[in-house]
Amino acid sequence: MTSADLRSATTPWRYDPQPRRPGWGIHGATFKRVSRQAPIQVAPLPAVVTLCLRQGAVTAVPLVTTGERVDTGQPVAVAADGTQIHASVTGIVTGIGPHPVPGPEPGLAPCIVVRRDAPDRWHESCEPLPEPSRLDAADICRRIAAAGIVGLGGALFPTARKLAPGAPIRALLVNGVECEPWITCDEVLLRERAATVIAGARIAMHALGTAQAVIAVEGDMPEARVAVHDALQAAGDCGIGLAVVTAKYPAGGERQLIELLTGEEVPAGGLPRDIGYVVQNVGTLAAIAALFRSGEPLVSRIVTVTGSGVAAPGNVEARIGTPMRDLVDLAGGYRYPPTRLLMGGPMMGFALPDDDLAITKATNCIVAATAAEVAPPRPEMACIRCGECVQACPARLLPHELHAALRRGDTGLLGELALDACIECGCCDFVCPSQIPLTARFVAARRAASPGGEATP
Amino acid sequence: MKFGTVPAPHWRGADDVAAMMRHVLYALVPAAAAYTYFFGPGLLVNVVIASAAALATEALALRLRGRGARLALSDGSAIVTAVLLAFCLPPLTPWWVTVCGSAFAIGVAKHLYGGLGFNLFNPAMAGYALLLVAFPGYLSFWLPPNVGDLDYRALTLAESATYTLTGTLPPGADLDAVTRATPLTVVKAELGQMHTLSEIVTDPVFGDFGGAGWEWIGNFVTLGGLWLLYRGIIRWQVPAAMLAGLMLPALLLYLTDAETHPSPLFHLYSGGALLGAFFIATDPVSSAITDRGRLVYGAGCGLLTFAVRTWGVFPDGVAVAVLLMNLLVPAIDHYTRPRPYGH
Ligand code: SF4
Ligand code: SF4
Repeated sequence: MTSADLRSATTPWRYDPQPRRPGWGIHGATFKRVSRQAPIQVAPLPAVVTLCLRQGAVTAVPLVTTGERVDTGQPVAVAADGTQIHASVTGIVTGIGPHPVPGPEPGLAPCIVVRRDAPDRWHESCEPLPEPSRLDAADICRRIAAAGIVGLGGALFPTARKLAPGAPIRALLVNGVECEPWITCDEVLLRERAATVIAGARIAMHALGTAQAVIAVEGDMPEARVAVHDALQAAGDCGIGLAVVTAKYPAGGERQLIELLTGEEVPAGGLPRDIGYVVQNVGTLAAIAALFRSGEPLVSRIVTVTGSGVAAPGNVEARIGTPMRDLVDLAGGYRYPPTRLLMGGPMMGFALPDDDLAITKATNCIVAATAAEVAPPRPEMACIRCGECVQACPARLLPHELHAALRRGDTGLLGELALDACIECGCCDFVCPSQIPLTARFVAARRAASPGGEATP
Repeated sequence: MKFGTVPAPHWRGADDVAAMMRHVLYALVPAAAAYTYFFGPGLLVNVVIASAAALATEALALRLRGRGARLALSDGSAIVTAVLLAFCLPPLTPWWVTVCGSAFAIGVAKHLYGGLGFNLFNPAMAGYALLLVAFPGYLSFWLPPNVGDLDYRALTLAESATYTLTGTLPPGADLDAVTRATPLTVVKAELGQMHTLSEIVTDPVFGDFGGAGWEWIGNFVTLGGLWLLYRGIIRWQVPAAMLAGLMLPALLLYLTDAETHPSPLFHLYSGGALLGAFFIATDPVSSAITDRGRLVYGAGCGLLTFAVRTWGVFPDGVAVAVLLMNLLVPAIDHYTRPRPYGH
């Protein structure tokens, strides 16, 4: 499939087996084998859940009070844009207040703590929804927001806002390119529940008013690719194509994926919608399908628990708010003493201070990494201008010059070199033979330039 | 359980500067062996002298600049500079000439500009250029290659070292009997006297394409260069562009008149062309950084090498070409900046 095929709304879906190969990025050990083989395991209901009220840049307002009984799926908080947060177990609200939450910087955020005292009793609001094709886009978006569905790729951007009516959309791009090492939650989802993802994609296509979609998978997930291919054939002619992307990090970055699939770039400061595309993570689409099938809001997600520090790596479907320690125990506990606990992958994930933090909707992966994977930093040397960072940068930046400009405090040059286009992927760091912590410095400079500015997808 | 927190990324590649430099040195081993076979053990003596001088200068410079010497000395970059310089010097260069070149390379070309990573000029070529200007006579004392049909008095390692350090030759040998001009020098001088190339190449210092012996050294240099390419230590743009920049104009002139213009293969297999393309112009610090920039930079090195060889006063042009292109690197980098995503 070429970019021209994608643009014309009349082309039926096709399977393009030729992998699209990025010229940038890093190609290395993916460590996915350790967690990809096992089937998705459903985690036992936790004794207590901690529901973080902060989602991305917005904080939801509680709808319940301490001591109140809540049912599974009952809305317990709502954000200004209508995105709700739901109790993920049946029990009693034991506290509302600041708690440590996982995040780029260790810190506190308002949370609702629910102690479970019964098996699931689903809240009365959780009823199957009408056939989506009979609803209009605004109605679908309202229901998606009410069900608390946000981008499960890790960005937590409210899905309803991405699907909201607006400028015409040429195609929905379904992101199954899980490029970070170690993470396999999207791959196992595609392998086991491809039909659910496709059902979700069709609902999103309906809301967006587009007849075109492409599911992008990675070249190193053959079983998932076959599952998607078969499910697409079973679904008949639904306008959804299948594309393969070479397993190279960060091919699954939203902007990078758009470029690989369509040959087009999202303008600086713009959104994919501006050029007629919407990208949705496969997990998000599966959540939409589940909502319309059974009325269940987003109360659980698939989490990869892996790393050489855990005994039995795999993927678990766990309730939002489950303590990470429970999931580690489910994966057989620590095998070797891990030196670092990561949420997300090793490239863009963050190191957590403690394993009793609760998972959030953004927790796609927990890596218990041992010293073998996260070696202590080697001493930083001067840049030798080897150019490896330039080769690796997916945003086509000149990291070595950005770094030099940062050191001199030359903000004019930083603008000219487009520090704003940096996606903080860590590739430049990874390849730098001088061990310069480039990414951390770029991240700090970007935060300083736009304080409180959360990245919007 | 508690854990430490540090910023992402949490995973890094295995490459480091010292490993890169080690690979460059390994890649030079086959060429050094061939060189020693054809021109005797003088190279090894030069390598030892140049390395010692480079390390001493590096330590002194770091000390004067108040930097820790351990890390910088162990990165291997000074040794690489010294070895490349030694490769450019004739096997019987007096020790103090080598020391001057090596000390200038490290002390002036590298540390006066701010040390590793900040030097504008390739240090080895800067050191070589100083010697070329200051002591041109010593740089023309080449030995005849060990290729059988040449009347040849091979020197042992001890005799080479003795001559290099004290200037005394073993009894029964005199300097005229052991030295010989390089093929590039011969071609330049003889063409100047209106001889044709078919007459010139009857001289036994010539082999099939270039200088006798030099051809084999060139093959082994190429072998090392290909290994560096395979290991990802260098990329193909600079060597390919440099060799194309050298050989294409040579081919043009050769096709117009083969009696006054040496063939492209002669250019390829003579002097420092292959060493320059794979080991000298590819020095990361002093070369351009983007793919397009490296093509421009490499092509410039090749063209200038050809120009100096053909019209300049020096027999070989690699050093001058590389230094001139080093000067242009900031401009090349500026004009070959890639367009950032979405801009
Ligand atoms: S972190 Fe930024 S500068 Fe570095 S490779 Fe990624 S996008 Fe490029
Ligand atoms: S990878 Fe590191 S050493 Fe190489 S050019 Fe980039 S910043 Fe400099």
